[in-house]
Amino acid sequence: MSLLHWAILAPFIMAVFVPFLRKKAATIHTGWFVLILPVVLFGIFLQYLPVTMNNSSIIQTASWIPSLGINFTAYVDGLSLLFVLLITGIGALVVLYSIYYLSKTKESLHHFYVYLLMFMGAMLGVVLSDNVVTLYMFWEFTSISSFLLIAYWYNRDRSRYGAMKSMLITVFGGLMMLGGFLVLSIMGDTFSIRELAAQAPELNNHPLFLLAMILVLLGAFTKSAQFPFYIWLPDAMEAPTPVSAYLHSATMVKAGIYLVARFSPIFAFSGYWFWIVGAVGLFTMLWASFNAVKQTDLKGILAFSTVSQLGLIMSLLGVGAASLHFESLDDNIFTTAVIAAVFHLINHATFKGSLFMVVGIIDHETGTRDIRRLGGLMSLMPVTFTLSIIGAFSMAGLPPFNGFLSKEMFFLSMIQLMELNLFNVETWAVLFPVMAWIGSVFTFIYSMIIVFKVFTGKFQPEKLEKKPHEAPVGLLVSPSILAVLVAVFGLFPNLLSYSLIQPAAAAIVPSIIPPGEHLDVHISFWHGFSPELWMTIGVITVGILLYKFMPKWTGIYDYFPGKVTLNQFYNSGLYAAERGSNAITNAYMTGFIRSYLVYIFAFFIAALGFAIWAKDAFRYDASAAAPIGLYEVSLIFVLLAATITILLAKSRLTSIIALGAVGYTVSLFFVIFRAPDLALTQLVIETVSTALFLLCFYHLPKLSRHEEKRRFQAGNAIIAAGVGIIVTLIGISAHSSKLFASINEYYIENTYKKAGGENMVNVILVDFRGFDTLFEIAVLSVAALGIYGLIKLRLEKGGETNENE
Amino acid sequence: MEILMCIIAGLLFAAAVYLMLSKSLLRIIIGTGLLSHGTHLMLLTMGGLKTGAVPVLGEHASAYTDPIPQALILTAIVISFGVTAVFLVIAYRAYQEIGTDNMEQMRGMETDD
Repeated sequence: MSLLHWAILAPFIMAVFVPFLRKKAATIHTGWFVLILPVVLFGIFLQYLPVTMNNSSIIQTASWIPSLGINFTAYVDGLSLLFVLLITGIGALVVLYSIYYLSKTKESLHHFYVYLLMFMGAMLGVVLSDNVVTLYMFWEFTSISSFLLIAYWYNRDRSRYGAMKSMLITVFGGLMMLGGFLVLSIMGDTFSIRELAAQAPELNNHPLFLLAMILVLLGAFTKSAQFPFYIWLPDAMEAPTPVSAYLHSATMVKAGIYLVARFSPIFAFSGYWFWIVGAVGLFTMLWASFNAVKQTDLKGILAFSTVSQLGLIMSLLGVGAASLHFESLDDNIFTTAVIAAVFHLINHATFKGSLFMVVGIIDHETGTRDIRRLGGLMSLMPVTFTLSIIGAFSMAGLPPFNGFLSKEMFFLSMIQLMELNLFNVETWAVLFPVMAWIGSVFTFIYSMIIVFKVFTGKFQPEKLEKKPHEAPVGLLVSPSILAVLVAVFGLFPNLLSYSLIQPAAAAIVPSIIPPGEHLDVHISFWHGFSPELWMTIGVITVGILLYKFMPKWTGIYDYFPGKVTLNQFYNSGLYAAERGSNAITNAYMTGFIRSYLVYIFAFFIAALGFAIWAKDAFRYDASAAAPIGLYEVSLIFVLLAATITILLAKSRLTSIIALGAVGYTVSLFFVIFRAPDLALTQLVIETVSTALFLLCFYHLPKLSRHEEKRRFQAGNAIIAAGVGIIVTLIGISAHSSKLFASINEYYIENTYKKAGGENMVNVILVDFRGFDTLFEIAVLSVAALGIYGLIKLRLEKGGETNENE
Repeated sequence: MEILMCIIAGLLFAAAVYLMLSKSLLRIIIGTGLLSHGTHLMLLTMGGLKTGAVPVLGEHASAYTDPIPQALILTAIVISFGVTAVFLVIAYRAYQEIGTDNMEQMRGMETDD
């Protein structure tokens, strides 16, 4: 266990102490104690920056289950460090924000911070694990803690619904991903991602390669809310706003992005990867930005915008996979996509985090997030207004903010795709920039909605629950820091180039970088009138026009019928699954013992009958059989007559007597077949049983042949006949194929010599196999005690016992 | 003889299963009784019939019947007696408490009332 491991586990350890802090130091907001941890962790992880800038990495291993090759291996390279800094940095800001957002008295803070710390630790574990099993473990921890956080206000229906939906979808993906990991580890015979990546070329030709890839991608797509799995994210907005800002914009939803980036060295050479990741990402971007425009809830807009931006990053990662097909680094234009993906990842975390916090402030200060009730807040909340302008303009891709730069690089990568002549891209290549451009237009529109519908227009105080005013300074600190970062990264993007972006990009596409060299990451603010600049200008022009005339064209949303949405599909699917399984269970769990016996016997007949037929197991060989004598035949007739009497008896007395007759005939059989002890026991026991039957006879009702339909009886008869036939067949086959001699010689020889007895059966019962007899005695005792209890003990409904005489 | 006994045991099984599938509790108990008889006969048959003297050394015979199945059956008889006794008392008590011995009315499901 190194410092790195303790850093990952620190949030979990801290989470244990949070409830105590809440009790001991009740006067201070618990968040202040929690805040220390992410700040310290951020500081610790900053120290790794020089290491990753040299494109080297750190590996620390702690044994967990060494015999299975499952170790807690922490691995720091550019990609993990980027995520770690996002998690701890934004984590610190979110905790700070939550201190002012959540009331000390009204909310159960200890729950909140325990869940949040669990989540933080889990996220650190996900991005720092090198072992796929530990990665999966932390992955599910994020799902669970996110579930707890979404349902933080658990007495609201919508919260519980959203939490369950996100749980079902992300856990589904998580399980698929586990399957993918296992397939991968079988293919590569290791659980370590680095070692898997090292044998990527061999894995590429493995027959299970595609299966592993699709399973891992399912995990990534569900977590990162890609089409069609994005539907949980808008419903997860029921969580407290700090949670939305942290989990659903900056960290958890990027776990899928991380997964795709981390596994790029393994999968990315495949054309499927390029197509699936690229196309799903791009379509998600277009679809979600289109849908974001029609939302009326601010957090709804932000949720869809998150989905759309994640799609953008995902598509860049997919397109970046093309770079692996070019040997030389100098003219490899597709590395732009990878760099753009990493850059936009950072940008999105900053501006989306700040936007969520801004929306939280608006909600906090006005009591609503509905854009139809908001308006004209500019003069009342000037600081919030400024922050939202910075965030939203960056999101829309306007200069001078960082979103502009990454959007330009996004366009550039999509345009460059037209030069690619791989994977049949040529025919479709033109669609990529077009879809990207349309998606960006919608992104522009909803970004403008966030700013201008809320802060300009008519102020409607009568629709607001509270009297709006500027937020306290504490709430504004975190979004301000993020907004400053948005602007700084926008104006000086090269602060990031070699510190964070280059090492992360190198981790995503390691194979194309010769040892000792660096990717050339230089983000220039201005590079002349290039096509991507014209595209941005087009986005702004068309976006402004569409925004101005919004009421004229929003009617097209009505053409999308409400019944065929994915949510509707999810809900009705869930409903149908519940109803369906309920119907199936009700259909076969009838509660009637006869049905279950029918299943059991039918299965018995089918399984054994099939086995006899399939294995050709039936044998008939009567040569070893004893001759048939007269006594036996006459006894058989008696037995059959008694049995038929039971079947046809109308009164219970007849059937009891007939059962007794069967028992006595059986004991006569024992006499003929030379089993005196059996005959004796059978006689006594049959007498006692018949006596017992007759005792109950007085109390039991007249053998009422409950009217049974003919078909019912016929079905019973068929099953009964089947069981009889199968038993007979097995008996005959078993008798006809004796495989080895009996061991009875030993008993015959040693009954007197060793045990000192002459009656072999009795010696076997008490000497050779005395244990059986011991427990048979136990059975009888238990039966006797049970009968006594059944008769004596009366438990009334209230649970009281009373002794009835 | 063994083949014939197999068929007899099969017939006992068939009768037992038919009784167990009926609606009356008493018939089900009688069915289990028949089932154990069938099983015991089958056990005895599988050991081989009439191949020697009674398994008591005092007979001084050259061959004895197999004592092992007999010991097994003896154990089985006692156990099935115990189970039948308990089953009967349960039936008696159930009839006392519920007032029916019709299995169709003794259903465990509350939803189907």
